[in-house]
Amino acid sequence: MEKTAFRRIAPGAAVLAALLVFPHFVKGSFPMHVMIMTFMFAMLGVAWNLLGGYAAMFSFGQAAFFGIGAYTSTILLMYYNVNPWIGLFAGGALAALTGAAIGIPCSNLRGHYFAIASIAFAEIVRIQFNNWKFVAAAEGLSLPLLPASLRNFMFHTTKAPYYYIMLAFLALSLLLCRYVSTNRMGFYLRAVKESHEVAKGMGISFVRYRLYAIMISAFLTAMAGTFYAQYILYIDPESVLILPISVQIVLVAMLGGAGTILGPVIGAAILVPLSEYTRVWLGYKGTGLDMMIYGALIMLISAYQPKGVWGMLTSIGKRAK
Amino acid sequence: MYEQLAQQIVNGLLIGFLYSLIAIGLTMIWGVMNIINFAHGDFLMLGMFISFWLYTLYGLDPLFSIPICAGALFLLGLLIYRFLVSKVMTGPGLAQLVVTFGVSIFIANAAVYFWTPDFRMIQNPLLSGTWTLGAVDLSIPKAIASAGSVVVSFLVFLFLRKTKTGKAILATEMNRDSALLMGINTERVNALSFGIGSALVGIAGAFLSMYYYIYPQVGGTFGLISFCIVALGGFGSIEGAFVAGILIGIVQTLGGYFFDPAYKYAIVFAMYLVTVWIRPQGLLGW
Repeated sequence: MEKTAFRRIAPGAAVLAALLVFPHFVKGSFPMHVMIMTFMFAMLGVAWNLLGGYAAMFSFGQAAFFGIGAYTSTILLMYYNVNPWIGLFAGGALAALTGAAIGIPCSNLRGHYFAIASIAFAEIVRIQFNNWKFVAAAEGLSLPLLPASLRNFMFHTTKAPYYYIMLAFLALSLLLCRYVSTNRMGFYLRAVKESHEVAKGMGISFVRYRLYAIMISAFLTAMAGTFYAQYILYIDPESVLILPISVQIVLVAMLGGAGTILGPVIGAAILVPLSEYTRVWLGYKGTGLDMMIYGALIMLISAYQPKGVWGMLTSIGKRAK
Repeated sequence: MYEQLAQQIVNGLLIGFLYSLIAIGLTMIWGVMNIINFAHGDFLMLGMFISFWLYTLYGLDPLFSIPICAGALFLLGLLIYRFLVSKVMTGPGLAQLVVTFGVSIFIANAAVYFWTPDFRMIQNPLLSGTWTLGAVDLSIPKAIASAGSVVVSFLVFLFLRKTKTGKAILATEMNRDSALLMGINTERVNALSFGIGSALVGIAGAFLSMYYYIYPQVGGTFGLISFCIVALGGFGSIEGAFVAGILIGIVQTLGGYFFDPAYKYAIVFAMYLVTVWIRPQGLLGW
């Protein structure tokens, strides 16, 4: 008994320990950047999973929430001198409210209709920000430089604090996702996913739980958006609101294996280093070669390994036993 | 005022008919296989580039490269179905979608790699100039492209209703299992619809290349608009796609004219959201 519990916890604990000491051994700026982006997309994938994996609401508009988070905290900081940590919650709350506002009309849409609706919504947000003088339209916003401190959510000489903050955010999202999936809400969402009609017949108010799922997902996504703004220190619609961001989030979750808690983490751990390193190795002149290879790998992996890499790993694990 | 309104409606119709043709290709693939082909816009871009290179290298006018574009894209569609999409037809939920994402990223960036991200244009095609009908100016290449789109859309409609193969496609759309039991080779129908859907967008690309800028990312907006059209018309409905394409063309130009050109696509997307809010299955869907 004790032995099995140990065997269950040990791999996770080992990975966590390795991640915690990683910044002490790897000093290079680029590997750190890749790790931070991996955590961030893992978090975004986990947030997407709450919608797509558990509730079959395939959102291709997560970039809208990401952008709302990035812009809200940045605008609050620049124009009203509000601390970014408060901005983080303000952005999350605003994204959750926006999610609810769009979710109420969309929550009875199914499958592809929901997917297209989410793209339409995100494109409207992008076009609005692209033409909105108040947020500097397409020019984008450079964040004011503040003294480096945790309080200011800004660090200049080292990436390590960003690394730990993002790791904490990711852990928080995973715990939340786990809590939701083992809770009443998770069961309701999956019941609705299996059959709208039966769930309705059982008296499950599916609109309410779908709305909760959208709001939680939007909140987490906006948190990552604020993080991104504080990390890169410059945002414009092209970098935080475009469709390829939403697509990348879906890919992370799908390639890892949708509907599993750790799937998006695995997906991010494969996709993000893949895209970052091919970009550095091959994309030095913006020739498109890096993205070409990236696209080819995605289509080959998903065509020949459709259960996701997580599914592949577990089937290898079973065979090994 | 009325002249300008008429002009805008005509412009809307011109782009709308082309939208319809693009969307019909997409909705066929959806109807038969329940797949959104995310690379649809990139197929359009390929059609435009094929037409561009035939013109630049061999002096072949876009008007005559239409069958070549159709054939090339038909083949491409078949290959992509055979070697990628068919592998995941029985796979989990969105795996097909992810495959077509990969195809889209690959094609768009291969175009950047081989042809650079520059904007190109076909200089002096056979069709140019404008007709003036009363108060309305009609660009000749646009008019021919739209008329051609209507003709092709109508031919597709006839093909589906009148020929045996077409009826097999429709039968598979309605019920795959029954179609299989009736002796229809549904695997062949899948491949064929993917090929035909791609060929249609290739034809649209040849038409569009007569007057539109040609660049690797051109498929992006057209792709998004065509998703909206397909969903607005009702997934899988050819008639729905035709009507919704025209509707969206008109809304886009009128919206751009009366509000702000920068927001014309936002208005289209907003219209889609409002419509599915009221009618979740699209205009002619079931």
